[in-house]
Amino acid sequence: MVPRPEYPVRPVALLIAFVLGVLLLAPAVARADAYTDALARFAADSFSETEAAIDGVAASGHPLAADVVGAVREGRLMVRAADKAVFIRDPDGSFRDAGTGSPAAVQGADLKPVRLNNRVRRAVEAAMGTLTLRSPDRARRAAAAAAVFKSRDASALPALEAALAAETDPAIRRQMQEARAAILLTRPEATPDQRAEAITVLRARGDQEAVAVLRNLPADAPPAIRAMAGDAITAIENRIALLRNVQNVVYGISLGSVLLLSAIGLAVTFGVMGVINMAHGEMVMLGAYTTFVVQEVIRSHAPWLFDSSLFIALPLAFLVAGAVGVLIERSVIRFLYGRPLETLLATWGISLILQQAVRTVFGANNREVGNPGWMSGSFDLLGLTLTWNRLVIIVFALVVFAALLVSLKRTALGLQIRAVTQNRRMAGAMGIRTDWVDALTFGLGSGIAGIAGVALSQIDNVSPNLGQGYIIDSFLVVVFGGVGNLWGTLVGAMSIGIANKLLEPFAGAVLGKIILLVAIILFIQKRPRGLFALKGRFVEG
Amino acid sequence: MNISRRVALGMLAATAMTAGGAAAQAQKTIKVGILHSLSGTMAISETTLKDTMLFLIEEQNKKGGLLGKKLEAVVVDPASNWPLFAEKARELIAQNKVAAVFGCWTSVSRKSVLPVFKELNNILFYPVQYEGEESERNVFYTGAAPNQQAIPAVDYLAKEEKVERWVLAGTDYVYPRTTNKILEAYLKSKGVKSEDIMISYTPFGHADWQTIVSDIKKFGSSGKKTAVVSTINGDANVPFYKELGNQGIKATDIPVVAFSVGEEELAGIDTKPLLGHLAAWNYFQSIDTPANAEFIKKWQAFKKNPKAVTNDPMEAHVIGFNMWVKAVEKAKTTDPDKVIDALPGIEAPNLTGGVSKMLPNHHITKPVFIGEIKENGQFDVVWKTDGLVAGDAWSKELDGSKDLVADWVEKKCGNFNTKTGKCGGA
Repeated sequence: MVPRPEYPVRPVALLIAFVLGVLLLAPAVARADAYTDALARFAADSFSETEAAIDGVAASGHPLAADVVGAVREGRLMVRAADKAVFIRDPDGSFRDAGTGSPAAVQGADLKPVRLNNRVRRAVEAAMGTLTLRSPDRARRAAAAAAVFKSRDASALPALEAALAAETDPAIRRQMQEARAAILLTRPEATPDQRAEAITVLRARGDQEAVAVLRNLPADAPPAIRAMAGDAITAIENRIALLRNVQNVVYGISLGSVLLLSAIGLAVTFGVMGVINMAHGEMVMLGAYTTFVVQEVIRSHAPWLFDSSLFIALPLAFLVAGAVGVLIERSVIRFLYGRPLETLLATWGISLILQQAVRTVFGANNREVGNPGWMSGSFDLLGLTLTWNRLVIIVFALVVFAALLVSLKRTALGLQIRAVTQNRRMAGAMGIRTDWVDALTFGLGSGIAGIAGVALSQIDNVSPNLGQGYIIDSFLVVVFGGVGNLWGTLVGAMSIGIANKLLEPFAGAVLGKIILLVAIILFIQKRPRGLFALKGRFVEG
Repeated sequence: MNISRRVALGMLAATAMTAGGAAAQAQKTIKVGILHSLSGTMAISETTLKDTMLFLIEEQNKKGGLLGKKLEAVVVDPASNWPLFAEKARELIAQNKVAAVFGCWTSVSRKSVLPVFKELNNILFYPVQYEGEESERNVFYTGAAPNQQAIPAVDYLAKEEKVERWVLAGTDYVYPRTTNKILEAYLKSKGVKSEDIMISYTPFGHADWQTIVSDIKKFGSSGKKTAVVSTINGDANVPFYKELGNQGIKATDIPVVAFSVGEEELAGIDTKPLLGHLAAWNYFQSIDTPANAEFIKKWQAFKKNPKAVTNDPMEAHVIGFNMWVKAVEKAKTTDPDKVIDALPGIEAPNLTGGVSKMLPNHHITKPVFIGEIKENGQFDVVWKTDGLVAGDAWSKELDGSKDLVADWVEKKCGNFNTKTGKCGGA
C-alpha cells in the first residue's frame, strides 16, 4: 500500500503513509480483538457464555472462526483449566492455539472440552451456516443454506446475499432464496415488497417448515401481507393434508410388509402343514440374534464388511432357524400330527425354552444391531418422507414372498410339499418320503422366519422377547388371509397394515388396534376360512 | 417319560434339602428378600437390581454384617407375572421369614404385593420412579415421585430451551397416564393452552412409530418451539428413537426428554441419532463424585465386567438398603414394626454427593438431574436442582390429591385430608 520509495523519503510522506497504514489496519485489529474477546468466553464453562462466544467468533470474520465453531460441534475445542487458554484439537490428535492458529505443545490431560447442550448446538449450526455459505464443497453450501433457513438469523443476511450473488448451482440458489425469504419475513425492518416476495418463495417451497416460518410473520405486518401469508398457509396445508393420506397408505404398506415378513414363515408351517406353531416368533428371534452375532464378529474382525453384514446374516439366519425347525419337527412335532391342542401346548413350551435359553446365553438386555449406512436416514419423494429402512423392508418382504411362491410352485421340493399336504397317503404311495418332506417343510417355514428376523432386527429390539410381539399378528394375518393360501397371506398382511395406519390418526394407536381386532373377529365369524378360502376335496383332509 | 419323572423327583428332593438347610441356619443370619423378575418381559430391567442387592449384601457382610449376624439374600423369580409377585412375596415373608424385601419394578406388581405386605406386616423397599398418589405404612419409596423427575424436567425445557408446545407421549398404562395428567395440569397452571399440548398413548411394545413420529413432526412445525415428554416404557423406546433419527428429527429441532430411558436401556441402542436428547433422573453414571466413582469401580469388579453400567434404580436400592441397615441398627432389632418406626428421619448419603433423608411420607429427598445423551451411551449433566427435592406422595397439581398429605410419624396416616382434618382420602 505504501509505494516503494525510489527517491529519499520525505518526512511528510512518511507521516501520511503511517496514518494511512493505521487507518487500514484498525478494523482488522478491532476484529481480532472481538475474536479474542469471544474466544475467552469459552472458558467460562456456562452454556449461555459458550453460546455468546460462538456468536462472537462467527461475527468476527476471523479466518479461524470456521475451524473454532467446527471444533465446538465435534467436542474438539479444549480449554486449559490453569490459564483459560483455548486450543483446537485436530482430528489427528495434535493441538493448535485457537487464538493464533499456530501448533501448540500441550498435554491432553490438562484440557477439558467445551461442553455442548441443545441450545449451544443450535448456535453452532447457525454459525456454521453463515460461515460455510461460500464453501467450495457443494454439499456444505447446501447444508449451510438449510442451517440458515432453520436459524433465520438476521445477522446472516449480508453473508447470504453475497453468497446468493455468487452461487451458480440452481438447487442451492433456490435453498438460499428460501433462507433469505425466511429471514426477510420475520425481520422487523423488512419492507412489504420484500415480505410479499418472501411469501411467494415460501409458498413455492410448500412444506411443513415453510408453514412454520409463515406462521411467524410479525403481527404488525400490513393486513394485505397477513392475508397473503394466510392464503399461502392454507394452500400449503391443503396440499399437505392430501399428501398425508398418501403417506398413511405408504405407512400402511410398510406395516403390512413387516406383518407379511413375520407371517410368511407361518404361512408355510401353519398354512400349508396345519401345525399350530407357537414357537414361530422364536424362529424370528433366532434370525435376529444371528444378525447380532454376525455383526459382532464383523465388528471385531472385519469392520470394513459392516455395510454388507445383513447379506452375510441372511443365509446364516436361514440355516440356523431352519436347522432348529427341523430339530423341533423331528423331536416333538412329528409325534403330534393331527392333535392340534397338544401341538399348541408343546410348541408354546418350546417357545418358552428357546426364550430362556437365549436369555441365558446372551443376557436379558437388548443387543445392539446397527443399521448399515444404506439403510439409515430418509428421503423426500414429492413431499413424502420415506425412510430407507422401511423401503428396503417393503422390497425385501416382496422378494421373499416371490421366492417362496416360486419354490413352492416350480421346484421338485415344492411339488412334493404340495402333494403331501393335499393327500399324504397318495403321495406316500407315489414314493415320496412323506416324513422327510414334513421335516423339510417345517425347516423351510422356520428358515424363512429366520430371514424375517434379520430384517426385523433393523427396526425392532433384539431381545429374547422379540418373537412374542409378532406371534399374534402372524396368526391373525394367516387366518385372515385364508389358511393354506400364500396370496391370502400377502393380501391379508397388506389390508391389515393399511387399515391400521388409516385408523391410527383418528382413533389413536391403542383404540385403532382394538377396532381392527373387532373387525377381524367379525369377519372371521362371517367367513371362517378367511379371505381366500381353499376349495376342493383335500380341504377336509 | 421315566427319565424326566426321575429328574423331576431328584430336583424336588434337592429343593427340599436346600430349604431344610436354610431353615436350620435361620437363627444365625438375617434374611433379606429380593423380589425382582429374572425371566419374562421385565427381566431386562430387573435382573440388574437383583445383582445390585446381592452386591450390597456382600459388601455389608464384608463389613461384619448387621447386629452381629451375617445377612443372607433370598432370591425368588416372580417371572414378570403380576399375580405371581404376590405369591412370591408371601413365600418370602411367611416361609423364609425375611426381615425386609427389596423389589418390584412396575406399579402393577407393587399394587399386587401390597395386601400381602399389609397382612403379614413386612417392609418393601420400592426403587423405581413412579406416578405417586400412594403412601403405605409397609412400603418405602426410594425412587422418584413425579415432583422429583417430571416437573423439574418440564421446568428445564421451558426455561432453557424456551419450549412452548408439548407432546406428552406414553405407553398406555397407569404410570404414564397419571404422570401425564399431573404434567397437563401443571402446564396449564403455567399458562400453556390446550391446543399446545398433544397427548398420545401407544400399546406396550409398540414397534411401528411412523404415524406418531410424523404427527409429532407436524405438531412441531407450528413455529413455536416444541418438545416431547416421553413416558414410553421399556422396549418400545428403541424403535421410537430409531424412527425419530430416520425421519431426521434432531434434538436441536424437537428435543425428547425421557423418564424411563437410562444407561441400561441405551446399552442396546445405536446412540448416534439420539445425540442431545434428554433424560431426567436422580442419578447418572457420569456424575463425577468420589462416592460414585468408588461404587462404579466396586460394581464393575463384582460383575467381572469393566463395561457394566449403573443406573438410577440401582442408586435407589443403594440408598434404601443403607437406610434400612441404619434403621435396624437404631432399632437394635429387625422387627418390622420397630424398623418402620425408626426409618423416617434416617439419613443416608446418595452417590451424587448429597445426603438423602427418609421423610414421614415414606418418600425420600433426592437431587434432580437433566442429562443429554452422549455418543457413548452415557449422559452429560446439563442442569441440576440447587438442593435436594422432597418427594410428594400426593401431587399438588391434581384436584383429587392436592389436599392430601401422608405422615406416618405424627398422624399415622397415608392419606390425611388437610381440608376435612380426617384420615381417609379426598
